Amino acid sequence: MNTQAKPLLKLEDVYKEFDVTGGFWEQFRWENGRPVRKKAIVKAVNGVTFDIYQGETFSVVGESGCGKSTLARTVTGLLQPECGKIFYDGDRIDDLSYSQKTPYKKRMQMVFQDPYASLNPRFTVRKTLEEPLFFHYPELTREQRLDRIAEVMEQVGVHPAWAERFPHEFSGGQRQRISIARALMVDPEFIVADEPVSALDVSVQAQILNLFMEAQEKRGLTYMFITHDLSVVAHISTRVAVMYLGSLCELSPGGEIFNNPRHPYTKALLSAIPRLGEKKAKHIRLKGEVTSPLHLPSGCVFHKRCTYAKEICTQEIPTPFTAGDNAAVACHGVEQGWVG
Amino acid sequence: MDHLLEIQNLEVKFRLRSGEVTAINDVSFFLDQGERVGLVGESGAGKSVTGFAIIKLISKPGFISGGKVLFEGRDIAGLSIEEVRNIRGNRISMIFQDPMMTLNPVLSIGTQMTETILAHKNVSKAEAQAIALDKLKKVHIPSPEKRLDQYPHEFSGGMRQRIVIAIALLTDPAVIIADEPTTALDVTIQAEIMDLLSELCESEKMALILITHDLGVVSQVTDRIIVMYAGRIVEQGLTRDVVSNPRHPYTKGLIAALPESQQRGKALSQIPGTMPSLTDMPQGCSFHPRCELVMPICKEKVPELIELDNKNALVACHALAKGGAS
Amino acid sequence: MKKYWRRFKNSFFWFSFRRDPVAIASFSILVILAILSFSAPWIAPHDVYESSSIDIMNSELPPAWMEEGSSDYMLGTDIQGRDMLSAMLYGMRLSILIGLGAVCLQAVLGVLIGLIAGYVGGKVDSFLMRVADVQLSFSTLMVAIIISAIFQLAFGLAKYEDLAVPLLIVIIGLAEWPQYGRTVRASVLGEKKKEYVEAARVIGLPRWWIMFRHILPNTLSPVLVISTVQVANAIMSEAALSFLGLGMPVTKPSLGSLINSGFEYIFSGSWWITLFPGVLLVTLVVVINLLGDWVRDVLNPKLYKR
Ligand SMILES: Nc1ncnc2c1ncn2[C@@H]1O[C@H](COP(=O)(O)OP(=O)(O)O)[C@@H](O)[C@H]1O
Ligand SMILES: Nc1ncnc2c1ncn2[C@@H]1O[C@H](COP(=O)(O)OP(=O)(O)O)[C@@H](O)[C@H]1O
Ligand code: SF4
Ligand code: SF4
Ligand SMILES: [Mg+2]
Ligand SMILES: [Mg+2]
Repeated sequence: MNTQAKPLLKLEDVYKEFDVTGGFWEQFRWENGRPVRKKAIVKAVNGVTFDIYQGETFSVVGESGCGKSTLARTVTGLLQPECGKIFYDGDRIDDLSYSQKTPYKKRMQMVFQDPYASLNPRFTVRKTLEEPLFFHYPELTREQRLDRIAEVMEQVGVHPAWAERFPHEFSGGQRQRISIARALMVDPEFIVADEPVSALDVSVQAQILNLFMEAQEKRGLTYMFITHDLSVVAHISTRVAVMYLGSLCELSPGGEIFNNPRHPYTKALLSAIPRLGEKKAKHIRLKGEVTSPLHLPSGCVFHKRCTYAKEICTQEIPTPFTAGDNAAVACHGVEQGWVG
Repeated sequence: MDHLLEIQNLEVKFRLRSGEVTAINDVSFFLDQGERVGLVGESGAGKSVTGFAIIKLISKPGFISGGKVLFEGRDIAGLSIEEVRNIRGNRISMIFQDPMMTLNPVLSIGTQMTETILAHKNVSKAEAQAIALDKLKKVHIPSPEKRLDQYPHEFSGGMRQRIVIAIALLTDPAVIIADEPTTALDVTIQAEIMDLLSELCESEKMALILITHDLGVVSQVTDRIIVMYAGRIVEQGLTRDVVSNPRHPYTKGLIAALPESQQRGKALSQIPGTMPSLTDMPQGCSFHPRCELVMPICKEKVPELIELDNKNALVACHALAKGGAS
Repeated sequence: MKKYWRRFKNSFFWFSFRRDPVAIASFSILVILAILSFSAPWIAPHDVYESSSIDIMNSELPPAWMEEGSSDYMLGTDIQGRDMLSAMLYGMRLSILIGLGAVCLQAVLGVLIGLIAGYVGGKVDSFLMRVADVQLSFSTLMVAIIISAIFQLAFGLAKYEDLAVPLLIVIIGLAEWPQYGRTVRASVLGEKKKEYVEAARVIGLPRWWIMFRHILPNTLSPVLVISTVQVANAIMSEAALSFLGLGMPVTKPSLGSLINSGFEYIFSGSWWITLFPGVLLVTLVVVINLLGDWVRDVLNPKLYKR
């Protein structure tokens, strides 16, 4: 992307932790014959920095538990970061109160993963879609609101005549369309989508991905698209950020990351996608066990599983460096040239 | 014509509030020794119900209303509960999407494994331990001796699925039915588990029925593919043929809808609509409301599964039956 | 209207009701009892609140089918010469009224407190839940003793007879709201995590709106489940308080006070004064509990996932 342009969203060294210690008594453990008080902290997002520009489809990929949803929720203000700054269109938004954020909520919306939990089961489609208008566009009359609802429903491919139905009367794919419609109601410019097609069947997945691309074209939307499915990412993204255990490993233009993966984790991830018709394709085996975000390893978070790891990886946290073609990689091996 | 497992005209119904519905309709296929077959289709197609029906594990409100399941020539439907038990979990093992369906959270892995062996085999406790250890090694669990004393919650999702596979192996089964074994796992772990399953099928001469919605996974592991839609088989054939040259409109659409089969940034080809629910199944070919090639006859008559160019390629579609060579 | 009726007829609720003979029987008995008690002023053979119609000469008459019984008093009379049948009908009306009233109060208090505790969380939550614990550790009896003592000190005994019904409602309502508070809080915690609530926050809806319009309606089915049982409990509590002399006065007897008033005479042979109201009370409570069990089974989300 054009680095001179002003970013729409800017994250600077964002950290998010969760205290999962539980009750007071659960904090005590016996160690070496005496009780010690210990907190259990999940480090879900660790010093993430990136910019998203107008009109982009910025994808975040990574395996489950790597902090993608936490990142999405931090960006949309559902979670407060422990550390770091988030700017939207030049304004800092992470330290605002709930009501101070209201003007930004009209510009930034979110679509969730679970088509069954993301709609209120007791609201008809009309009620679900009318609510955002009610609060953000109080000047509209009832007729204008209903017109707008019909228009957006048409756009997302749900028949406007079904406005009085309840969510349970729809299939998963149709519910996801309604969720997208809800996000579009306030006419936002930026949408964060947290695994919006992961729960859907392949044939329906294609319908919803097409809908996302169509809406982007029509409305000039910017997306932050979160997924664990690399084949989806390959299809729609302009840039891709790969995450592992809360840290960014690699950030590259969409085509680049598939044709020329640089970070050892990206390589492993790519080789593991089951591709159609390639019987027994060779894939890179990772070593060791999945690492838990409760006990982050020192140095590079990936070093326990990385086949290229050297001494320095266990000690120093790699910082992202630019590796040609706007790609940024955080890896000692790539930087010093021992990872090919 | 002696197949290891042969399913003939299987029919499973569910007794619902609104009446009886047919979840599995006229499903027939076979499995030979050491063969790997993939059962694919979208959720609700009837894959799991087929899997359960094979080991006679359909519970209320469902029941097997027709057809035969022949295992080594004997009809499972006619066997006593004792005899079925002897086949299920012994000659045929099943692996589920959620490892905790098999694992007991309050027993150590070692206890669970030895108990299973002692229930099916006439061996001493020490021998059972040795078998358990051997199987854990086979599924590449690091330091298996230590792991025997651990409980399921001490393992990661991928490790649990390995342990479930080890348990499935305990009785040296002839067939493993794996129902979406990697759907809940990450791709890197999925790749490892799939490698493991193929490796075991070869080394142990086991047959595998792999149930999944993921065409990519099936195409990497299996020899033959059976595509199901709305409770019926719509296409059957050698994996490489089906993947490279799908014949049925549904299979074609399914493969075309995969993002990887498209050019980047272009709109994906999509099948309109969704799979019908059991309660409002359309007349005739159940795919006809979504099909591009629909003809008048499709709305009246259910297409039969017919052989195309060779006896391995079967398709249920009027458009292909009429044209013959299509 | 027709639409709602059709929806009801197709609902799982109606379906499982029709198939459950216990539910049908309990519901029918409950409806009959309720109709009988609320039409007491019209169907009861005697007006038990009218002191002029009570004659002490008729005291302790046995039921009509016994030798000394009178056909005027089908189930006999009590120690003051009141017709048992009429007294029971009036008494049941009071019992049901107090039970329902107390449950309404409990529900309003408990739902509000549970909702706030669950949604706001943190220190507010800890504080409100400690209050609930403290409240639960006081038995209903203690609350009753304290409140009625204060009341009698402040207003005197005469006023007490007039205001006994609202007072009992307040006592039982205050003593047992934590059941609701805890249930609601637990389901708010479950509901709060769901994505539709997060979506509402992303849209920027006001917090009170999210709390009352989105979360509250989705936490009501457990409230419905415990409500039936709570009504039965409240009726029992009232009966217990009245039995101990802390409830309804003898001039305006509830089922509990009727049992109490006859209890002294049970060994002198006048068993009917205690037995009939006792049987009625047990029937009422058992029927409500059976219905409650059925409601719980029907609303159990595990049973009808799909
Ligand atoms: N509300 C929470 N409380 C405690 N831990 C959490 C919470 N949300 C997420 N986590 C933890 O943070 C890590 C990242 O989670 P998440 O962002 O959901 O990952 P992803 O979306 O990539 O699968 C996980 O280890 C998860 O267990
Ligand atoms: N216990 C059940 N009661 C009613 N219907 C069921 C039950 N189990 C499965 N079905 C129905 O049977 C059909 C096939 O289900 P299933 O075999 O689980 O599909 P899948 O291909 O996703 O494994 C579905 O339409 C499902 O709704
Ligand atoms: S920094 Fe070291 S351990 Fe981390 S990915 Fe690079 S080579 Fe592997
Ligand atoms: S039978 Fe007809 S409707 Fe069905 S798949 Fe073939 S052409 Fe389409
Ligand atoms: Mg997530
Ligand atoms: Mg299934």
